[in-house]
Amino acid sequence: MKVRVLAFARVRELLGSAREVELPAGSTAAALWDELAKTCTGLPALAKSTRIARNGHVVNRAEILHEGDEIALLPPAGGG
Amino acid sequence: MKSTPAQAPPRPHAQSAWVPQGLRRYSRHLLIPEVGVAGQERLARARVLCVGAGGLGSPALQYLAAAGVGRIGIVDDDVVDESNLQRQTLYATGDIGKRKAEIAAQRVRELNPLTAADAIAVRFDASNARELVRLYDVVLDCTDRFETRYIVNDASWLEGKPDVYASIFRFDGQVSVFWRDHGPCYRCLFSQAPPAGSVPTCAEGGVLGVLAGITGAFQANEALKVVLGIGEPLLARLLLIDALGARTREVGFGREPDCALCGERPSVTEVAAEVADVSAPEFEEIDSAQLDEALRDAVLLDVREPHEVVFGVLEGALHMPASDLPERLHELDSAKSYVVACRIGQKSAWATRFLRDAGFRRVQHLRDGLLAYAALHPDFEFF
Repeated sequence: MKVRVLAFARVRELLGSAREVELPAGSTAAALWDELAKTCTGLPALAKSTRIARNGHVVNRAEILHEGDEIALLPPAGGG
Repeated sequence: MKSTPAQAPPRPHAQSAWVPQGLRRYSRHLLIPEVGVAGQERLARARVLCVGAGGLGSPALQYLAAAGVGRIGIVDDDVVDESNLQRQTLYATGDIGKRKAEIAAQRVRELNPLTAADAIAVRFDASNARELVRLYDVVLDCTDRFETRYIVNDASWLEGKPDVYASIFRFDGQVSVFWRDHGPCYRCLFSQAPPAGSVPTCAEGGVLGVLAGITGAFQANEALKVVLGIGEPLLARLLLIDALGARTREVGFGREPDCALCGERPSVTEVAAEVADVSAPEFEEIDSAQLDEALRDAVLLDVREPHEVVFGVLEGALHMPASDLPERLHELDSAKSYVVACRIGQKSAWATRFLRDAGFRRVQHLRDGLLAYAALHPDFEFF
């Protein structure tokens, strides 16, 4: 299945703003993150602090993803 | 959470000091049915605490004061630095070196004599957070430190006050409202601060100046809505502002059952500085006065990114950007001694930890970076 990944703030700098990712059917949000982290050395440091939203709502890492989902990766921003 | 709009309770004994002299000043508010005389009265009675008077605080304070908020507390222990002026529009060149809280309070009073401003020139921390929050009705989180954001969240939550949150990173802004009894809290969204150095602050990573204005204005809008009890506050919603794409989006989020503050078994029952631990070094650290001595047996490893080199270069340093470190590690010798440095000491903390985890035993970290070293050495040109 394919999901569309949107990245924000620090994660956008690491991954680019949007991309499609191919995953085995029934994959979780955690599996998507691990797939992206394979080719991006900066991502693991942000694993615990980045939230994942599925179709506009923040979900936990065990959430099952579906074909065509829009996934947003939301790291915290600290500046003010 | 889509019930009636959340509203800060009115304060019954305040006086209507803005009538009649404010009728002309606030006429554009009085013409909006959603504000009107009753709304303006609510604003005049409202007490708002602004934690941080920097990039977000500048626009927020100006709109809150202009709108006629009756009392504004401004907490900031910092002084105006020349590098603030690119985005902190409350300050002028002549303010460099002066206390932000005091200048900001003065600007608020000049902008609107009907607004009282409290200059609180201390650091907002676990020792004073609840006491300060208790004195106001609404809190704005305009800080630039993750540690302080958790303190603002916890103190506001424990006191039952709305925490109007905003933060910025380069081209990205975030805005939300956390309020006990109305929605989830900051810890539900971000349970823990990122490891030190993994998410640069404005001082480390830079920020587009106008983004602070856009985001701080959104934040002021949320604070005014909460005071007025109108519209739909950003409760349980995170607004994402992308200045590069000129897009905004929102994501919903809910209360986390295992939230340390508002979950089923809370471990945070008092405001504490516990999250500050994330920046506590677990490696050897030296300060700028010790650098010359340390460099007799060690190489300075400059981990700034290539675009930062324009600020100056220390002679003899080995330059390897932190982002290249994982791929270029083989170019370093784990038997050698290194002092790891960047501009202000954040990125280098991450790099030091990375090297230590990669088996480098003889690494030291330069606390506060080359900028602090330059402050001790006027002949070293560094910015």
